[in-house]
Amino acid sequence: MMANPLRARGGIKPAHHKTESSGQAIRRVPLPARLVVPLRQDSQGTARAIVAVGDKALKGQLIGVPEEARGTAVHAPTSGTVVGIGPYPVPHPSGLDALCVVIEPDGEERQIEHLRLDTARASRDELIAHLQHSGIVGLGGAVFPSHIKLGKGGVDTLVINGAECEPWITCDDRLMREQSGAVLSGARLLARLAGAQRVLIGIEDNKPQAIAAMREATREVVEREAESAVSVSVVSVPARYPAGDARQLIRALTGVEIPYGRRSDAFGIQCFNVGTAHAVHRALDHGEPLTSRIVTVTGNVERPGNYEVLLGTPANELLALCGVRPGTGHVLMGGPMMGFALPRPEVPVVKATNCLIATSQALFPPAEAEQPCIRCGNCARVCPTGLQPFELYWFSRARNLDRVADYHLFDCMECGCCAYVCPAHIPLVDYFRYAKDAIRGRDEERRAADRARARFEFRGFRIEREKAEKAARLAAKAAETRAAQAAAPDGQPDAQALIAAALSRAQAQNGAAAESPPLSPPPES
Amino acid sequence: MLNAIIVMTALALVLGAALGYAAVHFKVEGNPLVEQIDAILPQTQCGQCGFPGCLPYAEAIAAGEAEINLCPPGGDEGARKLADLLGHEFKPLAAEHAVEKPRAVALIDEQTCIGCTLCIQACPVDAIVGSAKQMHTVISDLCTGCELCLPPCPVDCIIMEPLAETVSNWKWKYPVTAIRKVA
Amino acid sequence: MTNPPYIHQPVSIRRVMLTVLVALIPGIVAYVYQVGAGILVNLSIATVVALVAEAGVLWLRAKPVWVALTDGSAVVAAWLVALTLPSIVPWWLTVTAILVAIVGVKHLYGGLGQNPFNPAMAAYCTMIVAYPALMSQWPAAGHTDFLPQLHLILGGSRDIDGVTGATALDALRTGLRNSQTVNNVLNNDIFGVVGGRGWEWIALAYLVGGLFLLARRTITWHQPVGFIAGLGLIATVSWLIQPERFASPLFHLASGGAMLASFFIVTDPVSGATTPWGKFIFAFCVGLLAWLIRVFGVYPEGVAFAVLLMNLFVPLIDMKTQPAVFGYRDRKRP
Repeated sequence: MMANPLRARGGIKPAHHKTESSGQAIRRVPLPARLVVPLRQDSQGTARAIVAVGDKALKGQLIGVPEEARGTAVHAPTSGTVVGIGPYPVPHPSGLDALCVVIEPDGEERQIEHLRLDTARASRDELIAHLQHSGIVGLGGAVFPSHIKLGKGGVDTLVINGAECEPWITCDDRLMREQSGAVLSGARLLARLAGAQRVLIGIEDNKPQAIAAMREATREVVEREAESAVSVSVVSVPARYPAGDARQLIRALTGVEIPYGRRSDAFGIQCFNVGTAHAVHRALDHGEPLTSRIVTVTGNVERPGNYEVLLGTPANELLALCGVRPGTGHVLMGGPMMGFALPRPEVPVVKATNCLIATSQALFPPAEAEQPCIRCGNCARVCPTGLQPFELYWFSRARNLDRVADYHLFDCMECGCCAYVCPAHIPLVDYFRYAKDAIRGRDEERRAADRARARFEFRGFRIEREKAEKAARLAAKAAETRAAQAAAPDGQPDAQALIAAALSRAQAQNGAAAESPPLSPPPES
Repeated sequence: MLNAIIVMTALALVLGAALGYAAVHFKVEGNPLVEQIDAILPQTQCGQCGFPGCLPYAEAIAAGEAEINLCPPGGDEGARKLADLLGHEFKPLAAEHAVEKPRAVALIDEQTCIGCTLCIQACPVDAIVGSAKQMHTVISDLCTGCELCLPPCPVDCIIMEPLAETVSNWKWKYPVTAIRKVA
Repeated sequence: MTNPPYIHQPVSIRRVMLTVLVALIPGIVAYVYQVGAGILVNLSIATVVALVAEAGVLWLRAKPVWVALTDGSAVVAAWLVALTLPSIVPWWLTVTAILVAIVGVKHLYGGLGQNPFNPAMAAYCTMIVAYPALMSQWPAAGHTDFLPQLHLILGGSRDIDGVTGATALDALRTGLRNSQTVNNVLNNDIFGVVGGRGWEWIALAYLVGGLFLLARRTITWHQPVGFIAGLGLIATVSWLIQPERFASPLFHLASGGAMLASFFIVTDPVSGATTPWGKFIFAFCVGLLAWLIRVFGVYPEGVAFAVLLMNLFVPLIDMKTQPAVFGYRDRKRP
C-alpha cells in the first residue's frame, strides 16, 4: 500500500454518526403506490418523454431519451401504467416543480428484455454509448453523466471513491461490504474504458470492514487473473471531512492537486464513486439500466439502515418504513454538510439521493443567530481549498462580485467546513452560493447584452443598406422613365416599355427577398 | 542654503522620474467613456430613457446632457454602477421612468396576429420573424423585453411573458438572516 | 428552512472572548501579587464603563443590544485597556480611555469586527499623548498597599513617593540619556533578573496565559513568534554590537508591554493581518517598530504606536500574502 504523499490541509472531524445505519444489511423496499420519475436525472439536461399517459411500461423500459449528446436516458423503475406526465415537486433546494413521469406499478415487476453486451468483445464506443442509454451518472451526488466523464479516455490512474466522508451516510460502506465483487468488476470496466493502468480505491479508515471486503475481492481477482493488465490497490485514507471530495481524494491518493476549474483527465486521472462503479457493472455485465440505488435512511427514525430503493419512490413513504420518531423536523437529502432540506416530504428519490436524514432539534440544533465576523481566521484554517472564506464573505456580502471572483470564489466546493467552525455563526456557504450564481447571472446578462448590441448595430446597418438600395432602385426607375421618354418619338412615355420595366424590377426584388438573410424582415415594398 | 537647494532639486528630479516612469509603465488603457457607459447599459434598446437606443443614451450621459437614472431595465443596480464609473452621486431610478419589472419576453398570440409586420419594424434587435400577411413569431432567446413592439400592434396580440423560474435557471438568493433573540 | 451545513461546532464569539479573559487571569493574579490590588479597581471600572458604553452606542445605533453586549468583546477590550494603563491612574482617565476605545475606535468604525485600529492601543496612545505625566506614574513593585493606590485612583493628590516609581524602560532611557552604560543603569534595585523587578514575573504570567491561548487554538503561533522574533532580532543584533548602549533582547521582551502585546494585542484578529504569513509579518514589524520607538523615540514604551502604525498596513499585507489555493500551489502542472 502506498503512503499518503502529502498531509491533507484543512478539513474538519465532525461526529461520524455512521454506526446508526451501517450495522444492518441493505434491505429492499416494497413497491410504493406510485413512482414519480423526474426526467431531469443528470446534471446536464432534461430527457424527452417517449411515453404517453395511459401507456404500459415494463421494468427497465426507456421512458425518456436524452435531448442532446450530453444527456442520459431515463427508464421505468418497475412495470406499470403511466398515469401522468407533467410538473411535480422534485428534490431541489429551490422547491420548484420539474417535469416527471408518474407510473402506477402493477406489482408484477415484469422486466423488459435486457440488451446483452459481450463486454469482452464490444468496442469502447459501444460500451460508452451503452452507459448513456442505461442512464449511468455519478452516484456520489453530482449526477454527472459517466459517458461524458469517460470522454476520450487516455488517463493512467482511475480513482474509485469509497471515502464517504460526510457524517451519517453509509450507503457506499454497505455497498462495498456486500457487493465488493460487483464494485470491483465495475471499477475494472471503468479502468478499461478510461484506459487506466492502475486503479486506486480510496476508503476512509473508519470503514475497516469495507476496506477488508474490497481487499479480499481484489486478492481473489489477482489470484484468478495473474496476468492482469490493471493493478488494483485499496488504500485507506485518514477519516477527515471532506476527504471524499474527488479532488481531495485524488490528492490524498496520488499527490496531484487538480484546480477546481479544471477537469481531472487533463492530469491523467479520473474519479468515480463506488456506487457508480457498481451501476456500471450492472449496466455492462447484466444489461440492467439504472433504476434503483442504495439510500441511507437515518437520523430521527426507529430503524435506520440502508435500502435499495426504486427511483421515483416518494421520500416520505421510504421514511415511514423506517418509523419516523416524533419531533422530526424537515428531512435532509444528502449529508448534513452539503445536503439540503427537502422542500416537501413527498418528493421522489432520484439518482442523487444517497441519504435521507430525519432531523430533530436534539440531533440538529438550529444554527444560532448570525453575529459580525471577527476575522478570527478559523474558516481559513479549515478550508481544504486554502481559501480565505472571511474575505470572500466580506466581498459577497457587499455584492462586490469582481473582488470575490479575484479571491478564487469559484475554487470553493461549498463543503461547509468554514460555516461549521464559524464562531459568529455566519452562513458563509449561503453567501458563496449567492455570489457564484450572481456572477454567473451577470455574465449571462452581459453576453445577452453584447448579442443585443450587435444585433441593434446590425439593424442600423441593415436599415441604412435598405435605404441605399431603395434610393438606387428609385434612381434606376427614374432613369428608365427618362430613357423611355427620350426613346418615345413624340415625347410621350411608351406604356408598354414602362410596364416591362416595372415587371423586371418586381422580379429582381423577389429574387433579392429570397436571398436576404432569413432573420431580416423583407424590404418594404 | 546651497545644500538645501541641491537636495530639493535632486528630490524633485528623482520623484519626477519615478512619476514619469509610473505614468508610462502603469498606464491604464481605458475605453473611451462612451463605450464604458454603453457596456453598463443593458442593451435592451427600449428607448424608455427618451433616447433612441442605449448608445445614444450613453453618448448623452458622457456629454453630461442626461441623468444617469433614466434606464428602467438597468434599474437601481445599473444607476449605481454608472454613479461609480462617473463619480456621481447615486440617484434612484427616476419616478417618471417606470418601475423596474422582472425580465420578460414578448410573445405573439399566433391566432390573433394579422401579419402586418409593424412589430418587426419596431423591434430594435430583429428578434421577430415573419413576413407580410404571414404569422409572426418572437425568437425568445433574442428578445430583450423592451416592449417596443407592443404599441405598434394594431390588434394587441403581443403580450409580455415574464421569464419563469425553473430548476435549471434558479439562483441562490442573497442570504437573509433574521436576527433572533438569544435567550 | 435553513441551508447547509446543518451541523456546527459548539463555538461562539462569546466562548472565544471568555477564553481570552481566562488567559488574562494569570497575568492579573501576578499583577495583584507584585504591585497591589489597585489594578482590580481599574479593571472593575473599565468593565462597567465598557458595558455601559457598548449598550448605549448599540442602542443609539438601533442594533440588538443584548446579543452584542453578552459576546464578551467589550469586556476583553476593557481588560486590555486597564492592563495597559498604569494601575494607579485616576478613575476618570480609565473612563476616558474606555470611551475612546469603545465609542471612538470600535463603534464609530462600525462595531465589532469593523475597526481598523486596535481599540486598546488607540486608547493607550490617546491617553499618553493627552496625559503624559499621569501615564508615566507606575506603581512601584513591592509596594502593594491597597489604600494608597485606591486613594490615587479616586483622584487623590499624586505626591506619594512610596507608591509610584519609574518603570524599567523609563529608568533605562533616562540613564542612557545621562550617558550611563546599560550595566550601570541595571545596577539599580528597580531591576530584577531580566526586566523590571516584579514586572518580569507579570510578563511571565502573561506568557503562561498566551501559551494557554495557543493550546486552545484561539490564536496561532504566527503573531507571538513574529512579534518576539521582530523585537528579539533587532535587540539581539544591536546588543551584540554595542552592549553598553543597547539592552539585551531578554530585557526588551520582559519589560513594558512586550508579553501582553505578543499574545493579546498583536493577536487581535479584527485589526490585525489575517493570512498566515501576513500575521507573522504584521507582528514582526510591530516588534521592530516597538524597539525603534523604545530606543530612539520620545516615549519609553513603543508597542502601542507600533501596533497602530502597522494597523495601517494590514490591507496591504493581507493583499500581498494571500496563500496559494488548492491546485495552484504546484508550479509543475500540465
